[in-house]
Amino acid sequence: MSRQALFKRRYRRDEEAIPFLLNGLPEAGRRGDTVMTAILSLETSLRRTEFTGESRAGFCLIGACQDCFVMMADGSRVRACSTALEPGMAFLTDAVEGVEHD
Amino acid sequence: MTEALPIVIVGAAPAGIRAAERLVEAGVRPIVLDEGLRAGGQIYRRPLVDDGRSYRNRYGSEAKKAERLHAVFERLRPSIDYRPETLVWNVSGLERSGHLDVLREGVHRQIAFSKLLLCTGATDRVLPFPDWTKPGVYTLGAAQTALKAQGCTVGDRLVFMGSGPLLYLVAWQYMKAGARVEAVLDTAPFRSKFHLVSLFVRAPRIVALGLFYGAQLQLSGVKVRYGVRPQTVLGEERVEGIRFRAGGRTEALACDAIGYGFALRPETQLADLAGCRFRFEDRDRAWLPERDAQGRTSRKDIYVSGDGSGIAGADAAEIDGELAALAILQDIGNTVAGDRPRQLTAARARILRQREILESAFPFPRDWFETVPPETTLCRCEEIRIGEIHCAVGAGSIGEINRMKALSRVGMGRCQGRMCSAAAVEVLSSIRKVEPKETGRLRAQAPVKPIPLGFGGPLDTEESR
Repeated sequence: MSRQALFKRRYRRDEEAIPFLLNGLPEAGRRGDTVMTAILSLETSLRRTEFTGESRAGFCLIGACQDCFVMMADGSRVRACSTALEPGMAFLTDAVEGVEHD
Repeated sequence: MTEALPIVIVGAAPAGIRAAERLVEAGVRPIVLDEGLRAGGQIYRRPLVDDGRSYRNRYGSEAKKAERLHAVFERLRPSIDYRPETLVWNVSGLERSGHLDVLREGVHRQIAFSKLLLCTGATDRVLPFPDWTKPGVYTLGAAQTALKAQGCTVGDRLVFMGSGPLLYLVAWQYMKAGARVEAVLDTAPFRSKFHLVSLFVRAPRIVALGLFYGAQLQLSGVKVRYGVRPQTVLGEERVEGIRFRAGGRTEALACDAIGYGFALRPETQLADLAGCRFRFEDRDRAWLPERDAQGRTSRKDIYVSGDGSGIAGADAAEIDGELAALAILQDIGNTVAGDRPRQLTAARARILRQREILESAFPFPRDWFETVPPETTLCRCEEIRIGEIHCAVGAGSIGEINRMKALSRVGMGRCQGRMCSAAAVEVLSSIRKVEPKETGRLRAQAPVKPIPLGFGGPLDTEESR
């Protein structure tokens, strides 16, 4: 998995750090981040698709395309573009999705 | 008794907020449901925390309008029942009194209404091209939202592509934010821009702003191409560039993100589930709920307003929201004094006429699928390729969009057709060589967005609270 950031922060760069886990490793976002901003400011992918396994990193950012679902360590999923980052959240972005249970 | 039931507004953006304002003035306390974390909608979306930017910095030429609308909303808050982060996923029970199925903070709930005003807005209208699913390809609206609401750019070196006023605006905003904008790839031919001359007479401010953005971009060395058709996105795991054709030449540009789109498509699913009658609107190339000048639909007690009832933009939505509120007040027996509805209707009609000209200056690329190869993904959710549509449609035996959906699964995924239905209609109509209208209307299904099912989960009814 590439560790190259997709997004580039222009404002809020000195905002309070919000710690979270990304694929088991400790990382930090900024207060006011969505889950998407926190993750894509660090790397290029939010998930892999269930059929072809290709990487996805969201598309519409307004909660319409449903492309930015991120797997949480507890097995639940969040829509990254419209979920605020909270301290201690744990995300798995390199798991290939299985059959949907919800 | 229906009199005891609340008036419910879905959407806290220009239309919904102005509607609520007018209802509150008349002594009504509406419920305002909104999916967003904060009110304002997409155009006047607010960041989660203050990031030190001024309204001017964040909303540019629309700063005053944004500030005014946010102030109206804050003033209204004590007088309305505002519920943010609330997904309305169905409208049902219309034979008796209607109710909404909503989900908020993991709790399912039903809200009965006496009158329902749907201000559901719009999403970017997108068309597929090779590798449009690759990380780094975003809608124009997404690129703008990242900057406006999160203070970040979706890349550092960008190409913007498509058709519509937003194309030049977002490119300019990114340049101002410090990103390197490589190019603006306009899919419309240069000659279409001459239509702006006739718009200048009606709406000089819009044209002057557009010319200003275009001139600043070109002076800063941003390449501008017209009549563009993309060939492919370059890069393996993420966007590294784009190859396209323009003016009979093939060109490749390096970039790390692409923002693209073709104006907007209205969000109409809830109006559909509410049983409203639809008609095809050529200007939007989309099916819209039938409405009168004030937003009354074919269903008693259901009203529509703003872009979700036809794309007209934020200024028109503010007017339209007030119009719908006045219709509701009239229909519950209030007297609406003066000729306010007539004035508002005339103001909205003026904006719609401007829209006609904008549509000529920034036309939809009707021949798009003549240059998109069959292995291109059409449906992002179910990963269905255009070639599979050709197979499903067969040798002309299927001509109807719902039948095509049943056979190909296009439109059945998580997005419920939001990202693929405009394209699916264009593909089907191009195969069949008919106008999009002739392929029929994709019917909405509940839930309109994914919801956790959780059998036996919490269900709360409004009456019991």
